[in-house]
Amino acid sequence: MPFIPHTETDVSAMLAAIGVNAIDDLFDEIPQALRSHGLTQVPEGLSEMEVARLMQERAEMDGRYLNFIGAGAYEHHIPAAVWQIVTRGEYYSAYTPYQAEASQGTLQLLYEYQTMMASLTGMDVSNASLYDGASGLAEAVLMAVRAHRDARRILLPKTVHPHYRRVVQSIVSAQNIELVEIDYDAKTGVVGNLTGDAFAALVIPQPNFFGCLEDVDRLTDWAQAQGGLVIGLVNPTALALLKPPGLWGSKGADIAVGEGQPLGAPLSSGGPYFGFMCCKQALVRQMPGRIIGRTVDLDGKPGFTLTLQAREQHIRRAKATSNICTNQGLLVTAATIYMSLLGPEGLKRVAAASHANAQQLVEALTQIPGVHLAFERPRFHEAVLQLDAPVAGVLHALEAQGITGGFDLTYVYPELGHALLVCATETKTPADLQKFADHLGRIMGRQQVAPPCPIKPKI
Amino acid sequence: MLIFELSQPGRKSHAQMPPAVASDIPAEFLRQDAPLLPECSEMDVVRHYTRLSQKNFSIDTQFYPLGSCTMKYNPRACNTLAMLPQFLARHPSSAAPTGQGFLACMHELQEMLKDVTGMAAVSLSPMAGAQGEFAGVAMIRAYHMARGDTARTEVLVPDAAHGTNPATAVMCGYSVKEIPTNRDGDVDLEALKQAVGPHTAGLMLTNPSTLGVFERNIAEIARIVHEAGGLLYYDGANLNAILGRVKPGDMGFDVIHMNLHKTFSTPHGGGGPGAGPVGVSERLIPFLPIPLVHEERGVYRLLAEHDRPQSIGRLSAHIGNAGVLLRAYIYARLLGREGMHRVAEYATLNANYLMAELKKAGFDIAFPNRRASHEFIVTLKGLKEQTGISAMDVAKRLLDKGFHAPTTYFPLLVPECLLIEPTETESKQSLDAFVAALKEILEEAHTNPDLVKGAPYTTPVRRLDDVKAARELDLTWKQRHEQ
Repeated sequence: MPFIPHTETDVSAMLAAIGVNAIDDLFDEIPQALRSHGLTQVPEGLSEMEVARLMQERAEMDGRYLNFIGAGAYEHHIPAAVWQIVTRGEYYSAYTPYQAEASQGTLQLLYEYQTMMASLTGMDVSNASLYDGASGLAEAVLMAVRAHRDARRILLPKTVHPHYRRVVQSIVSAQNIELVEIDYDAKTGVVGNLTGDAFAALVIPQPNFFGCLEDVDRLTDWAQAQGGLVIGLVNPTALALLKPPGLWGSKGADIAVGEGQPLGAPLSSGGPYFGFMCCKQALVRQMPGRIIGRTVDLDGKPGFTLTLQAREQHIRRAKATSNICTNQGLLVTAATIYMSLLGPEGLKRVAAASHANAQQLVEALTQIPGVHLAFERPRFHEAVLQLDAPVAGVLHALEAQGITGGFDLTYVYPELGHALLVCATETKTPADLQKFADHLGRIMGRQQVAPPCPIKPKI
Repeated sequence: MLIFELSQPGRKSHAQMPPAVASDIPAEFLRQDAPLLPECSEMDVVRHYTRLSQKNFSIDTQFYPLGSCTMKYNPRACNTLAMLPQFLARHPSSAAPTGQGFLACMHELQEMLKDVTGMAAVSLSPMAGAQGEFAGVAMIRAYHMARGDTARTEVLVPDAAHGTNPATAVMCGYSVKEIPTNRDGDVDLEALKQAVGPHTAGLMLTNPSTLGVFERNIAEIARIVHEAGGLLYYDGANLNAILGRVKPGDMGFDVIHMNLHKTFSTPHGGGGPGAGPVGVSERLIPFLPIPLVHEERGVYRLLAEHDRPQSIGRLSAHIGNAGVLLRAYIYARLLGREGMHRVAEYATLNANYLMAELKKAGFDIAFPNRRASHEFIVTLKGLKEQTGISAMDVAKRLLDKGFHAPTTYFPLLVPECLLIEPTETESKQSLDAFVAALKEILEEAHTNPDLVKGAPYTTPVRRLDDVKAARELDLTWKQRHEQ
């Protein structure tokens, strides 16, 4: 059921105006041999009512879980106003603001977003977003190499999200850039003292993948004393509470990137999210992605427009800073409205409440025999637990109780044993935390009984 | 008025405030100052961003014939159903059994895209067209490397290509060679034959091309590139023109990316999020980006590193733009098989009708002897010589008449060009209104050129000073603006 408005009368009149007899004639430049024999794997079209039924059934198959997984995607309350406004047709169905005069809504919003992100990260400037945190880190690595000019080594700690490290590897691998893995201190779960050859940049995650807080000042000063740049990989919610990268060490980080999802994007099986990127003024021409500037119109009235486009692929082609074309406009719209609704106090309270809940969760879970805290270290809202039993089985048992209990670290960090990364945000109540602790306690004590009926329908 | 200018110290959206709790994080890790976020009531925020939205042109409010962007109607059902609470709440790292409904949709989408493109396998993970391009060229590179064929250092790109093509080739470590276009808009075959050789990794091609015409010699081009040992890359920017009628796999392409925000009507969102799945022929399957959605006896799971050791790897932290993929899936189910055939038919009918009507109205068509695909080019070189009115002036004047402008000054090789793509979702009546508006502007260009040069007049701002924007960079708001 395509969205085609034509009546038969329209079609006849249009064909006559073109001077052909049938729509098929319009395809006469396509060699016969190349014409398709039809689609076999696409089913018959459905009405909206039928599709709605189908999708509701699919959604019900997925069910709802009490979630304690973080690991780069965080469950926060999203005010109702956010997505009601984001899905207004004027935002939802507009495109890249090439015609600035007809896109002042999107452009002003992006300028406001850039202002908020620059302030949140303590940096001078922000772009209008990248695809996600992981690809944003890859772009930051490429940017640092362009800016540094001499070295092509990047120090990439193991305390950076393992998927991010793989994404960086995939994206920069053809450009002769060496990624050097930096180990962490087994006791504290953060990067220790560093030594080594010349490098273009050190990546510092704050908080790191284990939820621990790195010594950002010491690391920043060390890296910059060696002539390297510092890329801060940060959680935007945490920045309402934690020292922003622009103030790390004596000179501040050079580039700040991260995953913007916590600012108003639902978990949604992994996307769409958005990556944010901010930097020092001196690096702005090396920054990839769209950038919005404020200027004036013919009458001297302030307005907004895409600027520094000479960095971009549609102008520079093979010499562009990146092949990136779009940004993640709708998600940035959501983030801007989210940050405006929460304000400085609200975002700080979200961060503090998430931290407090995580502390209580760790407290409750580590009382369970066979559950130990891996790292003694100040944290934000996640922690690594070491279990006396294989993690996969424990998570499976929790799932049967309607709980997604954390991220299994066993395969990526085998040195940690049966390690589980857990998270709590402001969305969790004391009863939620207790429920998790009770079930984990029973499972660890092998007193678990089979649930009375399967939660999940058989597929 | 900026949101920061609405801000009042101490004002809050009270319903959004979690209770205040003290933090036990040591002071050395904490920030001292508060970030510059606005302090507003909920209504302030809702009103501000609703008003801002009203300063945008969009598909829902205007005809938006932006060439090469396929600005077709975005069915509302796709958004509503992709935002069912269970889909929104699912964590990307939760186990496959908690997402069988979602994964079933993804697997079916993979299968439908295979069919539509005629490719052997599809990965959904790239997050935008440009990332799909990256994945495609990275797979070409991985293929040559796996065969020990390290001499291939060059990617060929027609001069009419999107800027992302050469930029992508460079990101993948290749140098770029441009192939000229002949007078009829086809790739210059002699130049191509001269250019290919043992150093050719591949050719990146859009078909129909960015000139709005179908590349008639595609079979010959495929033969030339393949005989030289190169692979053929299909840029799916213009897939809407051939959906259901020609499959890129049948044209000899080895790898393609699709822009779901174009052909499958997912929202453009003011510039994203997109989604750029890639499809490959048999020989490139091992290199597809992960994760892939796998089905075995009705149970779905994601394939990762250990299942796919030769993969070019991950491009996003999770599965890519999952919610966009869901919207595309819903759109595909609404259209179904017959609907997809009709997309290309009516997109092509609309473009050819609009081209015919503009020709009658006195506009110069860049390739007057060719059929339009789903889009076509008007060149205003003649008009500019006669009246001084440029493509930019006409574009701006269209805004006053209530139409979004077509793409201007792309492709670069046609002077003073408008690239016009009406899409299949526009009626004859909206096309006629657009023709009437352009006729009026043509008239104005001759009788009152200053009126056209000064346009637009009815938009929230008039023409902006781009030079000032780039020279006196003002990228963030600071209090000083108010002083």
